[in-house]
Amino acid sequence: MTDWHSKTIKEMSIDLAKGEYSSEELTRHFLKRIEQHEPNLNSFISTFPEQAISLAQQSDEKRREGNSEPLLGIPIAHKDIFCTKGQRTTAGSNMLDNFISPYDATVVENLKTAGTINMGKANMDEFAMGSSNEHSAYGNTRNPWDLARVPGGSSGGSAAAVAAGLCAAATGTDTGGSIRQPAAFCGVTGLKPTYGRISRYGIIAFASSLDQAGPITRTAEDAAIMLEAMAGYDPKDSTSINQPVPSYSAKINDSIEGLKVGICKEYFTDGLDRNIEAAIQDAVKELEKLGAEISEVSLPNTKHAVPAYYVIAPAECSANLSRYDGVRFGHRCEDPADISDLIKRSRSEGFGEEVKSRIMVGTFALSAGYYDAYYRKAQQIRRLIKNDFLDAFKEVDLILGPTTPSPAFKIGEKSNDPVSMYLEDIYTISVNLAGLPAISLPAGMAQGLPVGMQLIGSHHSEAQLLNAAHQFQQQTDWHLKSPGLANAGTTEGKPL
Amino acid sequence: MSHLGEWEVVIGLEIHTQLSTQSKIFSGASTKFGAEPNTQACAIDLGMPGVLPVVNKEVYRKAVTFGLGIGAEINKRSVFDRKNYFYPDLPKGYQITQLESPIVMGGHVEIVLDDGTSKVINVTRAHLEEDAGKSLHENYHNQTGIDLNRAGTPLLEIVSEPEMRSAEEAVAYARYIHQLVTYLGVSDGNMSQGSLRCDANVSIRKHGQQELGTRTETKNVNSFRFLEAAINFEVERQIGILESGGRVIQETRLYDAVKNETRSMRSKETATDYRYFPEPDLLPIVIDDAYIDAVRAEMPELPAQRAVRFVEQYQLSEVDAALLSSNLDLANYFEEVTAICGDPKPASNWIRVELLGLLNRDDIEISESPLPSAQLGKLIQRILDDTISGKIGKQVFEALWQGVARDVDDYIAHEGLKQVSDSGELEAIVDKVIADNPAQVEQFRAGKTKLMGFFVGQIMKETQGKANPKQVNALVSSRLND
Repeated sequence: MTDWHSKTIKEMSIDLAKGEYSSEELTRHFLKRIEQHEPNLNSFISTFPEQAISLAQQSDEKRREGNSEPLLGIPIAHKDIFCTKGQRTTAGSNMLDNFISPYDATVVENLKTAGTINMGKANMDEFAMGSSNEHSAYGNTRNPWDLARVPGGSSGGSAAAVAAGLCAAATGTDTGGSIRQPAAFCGVTGLKPTYGRISRYGIIAFASSLDQAGPITRTAEDAAIMLEAMAGYDPKDSTSINQPVPSYSAKINDSIEGLKVGICKEYFTDGLDRNIEAAIQDAVKELEKLGAEISEVSLPNTKHAVPAYYVIAPAECSANLSRYDGVRFGHRCEDPADISDLIKRSRSEGFGEEVKSRIMVGTFALSAGYYDAYYRKAQQIRRLIKNDFLDAFKEVDLILGPTTPSPAFKIGEKSNDPVSMYLEDIYTISVNLAGLPAISLPAGMAQGLPVGMQLIGSHHSEAQLLNAAHQFQQQTDWHLKSPGLANAGTTEGKPL
Repeated sequence: MSHLGEWEVVIGLEIHTQLSTQSKIFSGASTKFGAEPNTQACAIDLGMPGVLPVVNKEVYRKAVTFGLGIGAEINKRSVFDRKNYFYPDLPKGYQITQLESPIVMGGHVEIVLDDGTSKVINVTRAHLEEDAGKSLHENYHNQTGIDLNRAGTPLLEIVSEPEMRSAEEAVAYARYIHQLVTYLGVSDGNMSQGSLRCDANVSIRKHGQQELGTRTETKNVNSFRFLEAAINFEVERQIGILESGGRVIQETRLYDAVKNETRSMRSKETATDYRYFPEPDLLPIVIDDAYIDAVRAEMPELPAQRAVRFVEQYQLSEVDAALLSSNLDLANYFEEVTAICGDPKPASNWIRVELLGLLNRDDIEISESPLPSAQLGKLIQRILDDTISGKIGKQVFEALWQGVARDVDDYIAHEGLKQVSDSGELEAIVDKVIADNPAQVEQFRAGKTKLMGFFVGQIMKETQGKANPKQVNALVSSRLND
């Protein structure tokens, strides 16, 4: 068995160019790994083996014709929240179990143009609502590091698939931490770009003002390659940013000597796991060795981020999910008595519990008489949080902290405690509220589980973030660690 | 209404006008009316998962044009909001509209009533929004069909202050708005296709009372006649309730044109909470003074300005100028006819007397006139250049109206209607008539000059009306006075 799956995109791209192996061989290798490990991991909702092989053959043909795009022939997965033309796109929900998208999301189109091979659609929390993948209608994904634990969420399938070597990279979406938290739990690199950097067109909406797509990869360098392909102005998304996409890889090898890194003091409080705290302190030392200047910064409104988020995100989702009414597509109940029965029953049957509870919270928050107390207040807090960051970025270039307060938890552990589940996102949520870019990267181990470090940048600072993350990964080897993974049917873990 | 007595009527109108854009407000799908159901609804109009709206720039240009047309303040930063409610023909489960920051704020119009008095009606606001689809209940055997062609059609909702005091004022206001939006090219104003729909808020109160009475909202009235009838019905209904000691319920009502009555649709007291909030998928529409100035520079002439120009340029009477400029299509028609025939006076006469008479009789809009302006222009030209007589002209006009004639010149040639102006030919006919009627010649020469008409008539009869009357007169008189 070869170790192609533990290579980076960058390495695969070089191998493909040299003819070490073809994209078809690489794709078949990943398909074989999917076959082996999927029964344990459940990281995919759909896979497209024949189509993947045919696309790989086409990309090999293109390579023979002289095409040498960095992503040509690279097998990836899309979170099942991205619409893919002619393919089932479920958003992890029974509501869309029968939904075949008539069009490609802009991100899907962009990555197709870049030459990637779409292996399948990754599992996720229903409509991206969740931090554990336990809210998927297609069964929870398991963490490749410990099959009894969650991979994080909502992009848990994407992170688990990359960590387990079932694809070279995967797309994810991040509304309150849904790329960074699973990346942290699964020991991979996850980037949430500036709001508007990547088009939202064709991404099934959860909370429109917070949703942002991004890559989940093995390394920061791979994230740069993926982001270059995914990003860009899209006239189909009014909130996408009309600015050219810089070459993120170009500056990745620059020295970070003199880079000002702020440690957010509000992130190191009681709820933080001690092992994670220790790992992050070690990571800070590594950055210092690279010449970074460390100081302390304060984001005083951090404690208000989770409550504000759990008003704004449900409010937006309550409207975004109104289109699932059983009239035009998606689940429709049997024998409706009238239109009201049709809508009520289709929605009651189609949505899972977490989605329903968020729709109800959001509906309440927007109701007459409560709007000012909840929605308007939350928007005010959002502005305060953004201002905290803007103030901090007058002092420092990047803000550093843990991605999550604890490592991956056991499946079922927090199922009956939504608040503790929501607190999983305490370090990630404020970034979405402020529309900032942030990256989570492996920075240590705690009880045999990966620890994620988060770097937060100012708006449009992806190049700087990726540069710092890449330099850290040149200095450390946490990102090179792979989970011991048992084949399906066996219970004993063995190193890959 | 004669029995209003102590009651004062208070009316405010919300007019939804469809903006005449090629494509929809948030998608590239066509807005053309009358296509097969659901053939003009794209993924965005269907509210497919993952789609996003993008504002058609044309809609806010039209909204600004309208705002300038009523002297309103243009909001330089207007915001879209979501209005949430479930309805099968509302694909997203919310309508994108503007609540707190509409694009047009304030403004006013001046209406003229039948008795010649005028009144200023203030406009509260006008905002952009998308139309919903249509639910079709006929022929579906206990099921409902949904046609989403109309979903996403751009609307400008124009909200008036409650300043109208009679159905007549309300209709005059609605007509003015209709005239304005068509003049400005903001809407095609085609009411039968739903391009202009009125919601009438009606309440009554005792004269002198300060506070407003409880109002009802009669929705989706799509003709001026129905608007008048619906308001009058509603006023009488409310008077009936209050005079018998009852209480008007605030509710939404529907006008039934067949029965000429309004009836309750839903009560506001159990009304939906629309849970408005700012639309996160769209940025605010931000415009600056330069943009507003550019729109102003391209503003078409307003009806009142055009009437003044008609008086100055064409020497029309003020009454005629007002009539001919009252409707954009009519005003254009008049100017087209004048340009072809070269004389505004007969153009005005023919249009006002002949054409409008027939259009009104058959209830046809000028835009659908069976007689194109080019043909009427040519017809008048042929009368002016003596090719045909005025009398023959009316015959040609009738033939054009009925579709018997398509081209004035072809018809004149084909039917041989050209005036006989050849003096040799005419002289022969005149001589023949004189020779055939010796008794009358005798009497004429004896002083019975009234017989002139008899000879002219005989000659016209011989020529089937085609003789040039002036020439005939001259010839007969020279022969008889020899």
